[in-house]
Amino acid sequence: MSQQNKKLTVDVLVLGGGPAGAWAAWSAASKGAKVVLADKGYVGTSGATAPGGTTLLVIPPIAELREQAVQSRLKAGGYLSENAWIHRVLDQVEVNLEQVEHWGYPFPKDEDGQSLRTHLHGPQYMQIMRKVVLKAGVKIWDQSPALELLHDEHGVGGARGINRLTGEKWEVKANAVVMATGGCAFLSKGLGCNVLTGEGLLMSAEVGADMSGMEFSRQYAPSFAEGSVTRGRMLAWATLYDAEGQPLLKGDRTFGGIPELMLKGPVYASMDLADTEEKREFLRRAHPIFFMPLERSGIDPFKEKFPLTLRYEGTMRGTGGLRLIDHDCSTTVAGLYAAGDAASREKVTGAISGGGAYNASWAMCSGSWAGEGAAQYAQSQPKQADGRNLVAAGHHGMPAGSASSAPLEVKPLVSAIQREILPLHINYFRSEPIISASLDRLNALKAYIDRQAPATVQGIVQSREAAAMLTVGRWMYTAALARKESRGLQKMVEYPELDPRQTYRLIVSGVDHIGISTESVPHAHELDVRKEGRAV
Amino acid sequence: MIELVSSDRCIGCNVCVRVCPTNVFDMKDKIAVIARKEDCQTCFMCEAYCPVDALYVAPQADWSVEVDEAELIASGILGSWREEIGWGQRSGDTMAERDTTPFFEVFTEQYRGK
Repeated sequence: MSQQNKKLTVDVLVLGGGPAGAWAAWSAASKGAKVVLADKGYVGTSGATAPGGTTLLVIPPIAELREQAVQSRLKAGGYLSENAWIHRVLDQVEVNLEQVEHWGYPFPKDEDGQSLRTHLHGPQYMQIMRKVVLKAGVKIWDQSPALELLHDEHGVGGARGINRLTGEKWEVKANAVVMATGGCAFLSKGLGCNVLTGEGLLMSAEVGADMSGMEFSRQYAPSFAEGSVTRGRMLAWATLYDAEGQPLLKGDRTFGGIPELMLKGPVYASMDLADTEEKREFLRRAHPIFFMPLERSGIDPFKEKFPLTLRYEGTMRGTGGLRLIDHDCSTTVAGLYAAGDAASREKVTGAISGGGAYNASWAMCSGSWAGEGAAQYAQSQPKQADGRNLVAAGHHGMPAGSASSAPLEVKPLVSAIQREILPLHINYFRSEPIISASLDRLNALKAYIDRQAPATVQGIVQSREAAAMLTVGRWMYTAALARKESRGLQKMVEYPELDPRQTYRLIVSGVDHIGISTESVPHAHELDVRKEGRAV
Repeated sequence: MIELVSSDRCIGCNVCVRVCPTNVFDMKDKIAVIARKEDCQTCFMCEAYCPVDALYVAPQADWSVEVDEAELIASGILGSWREEIGWGQRSGDTMAERDTTPFFEVFTEQYRGK
């Protein structure tokens, strides 16, 4: 492994090159900032959006329509969303989507020739984003996972990482850092999600940033059992069957009952509700990525039954992440901004999932705002980051945090973490004794993280990923135990109802010791206790 | 998971090494090799980017399956995902241009109800 170091000083460092990171980098560069965008994988293929696609939250600028959407979200999200933020997203996303069309994305048109900018196929979208980010002057560093942040008493000042292909260590000093590393999906192999292992959240917590909404992490997506593709909306066209071939459900638009059905036995699906060639052709063209793996397995999904599984979606389609404190997507740590799924999406989704539209629009908008905010902040600093007395903050799963000479074996550790996080019987059907026993076991795994990781590139990167997943899991279950009610994605068997007195956000902070506090929300008083007192 | 790098087709361009989000490939003797199959996330992106259709990702995400290169070529599967996205040699229009998703909700409501 090469020991030489690649060093650079810029204004803004963006970590993560999915949609949120790409928009952040483009926005910061468009404001005149010098920008490096470092991604663990490759900007264009990395993240949850690239391999498949993304449906956008777009509502025409008609006041009643938008107000209706905002109000229904407020109610569905347990009154934890903020109307003003949803309106901001609805305004901003129009601007961004027009821009995407201008850059060459071929949106389909309606009968009147109006572009319908409501869905983006991932490969083409992210290929365009890579092109425009480069054109804006951003330096893209692919295959370059960040491992730790740099900081001083004034806040964040860059990051250090490693190039996975060359083994070269890198260091970028920057007065502002945008964290756009996505959520944490615990290597559950949902489409494109195995790069989302939570390091961005861990490194932010190591410099003092807070997380919010980590209890809203009970989200699983149906997938062909053998495959990776999670496109639940397609099941609106499916009949679900049990092992004997008896129909269980038909054309369920919410597929919310699948975990319960799976408790009883295997569940199969067939897209047999698409009973004409026209319907089949329509669906095939809408989501080719859903059909291709089935066809490759020799299954005709319109006629035959295929087994389903549920892939855990962690905080990616869950809702928690870095707590934002202002309109520019700044966090509680000076110079640190968050965008996309790395940020808590509670401001726009409340307590429910932002999956299937909100998250995609949020990624674009929060990316734009964080990029602009970071550029402005960096450019207003009295000196460049290389003039600061910065130190590296990485600890957990890194040599600096290692307290034992025993070797760290990453794969068994990851399996042990997954055994606590992935199973439906722990994480979906949550109850106090089960979650607290699981949290105890996760806490006991902390000792393994302090061992010596192998000094290979994979060892260095994967031990940090394991430390991050362990930490995110501990945050999730700590928050789950603190919210003694059921609201949105959080459900506890002991507390089946919404408790109006708990209409607040839960903030977790710290890694070794996890602190927990509450934050009030602006619309809490609108929750009508008489009407909503039972359950949402 | 990734199951095939066709040594006949691979031109050693290094694209799969560069674009794989989970760092599965290495270069060895000037062609790509599957070095860390267990890290493959079955996202099909390498196939989409391979300029000579030398790669095959089997849909099975959790276990390895046997594949036969001659069969994959004969059935037209090798390179089919790149073709479908619209990045292949023969591609006329792109997946995005054929997209019916913007009409999905209306279409589904019309035939399936709310």
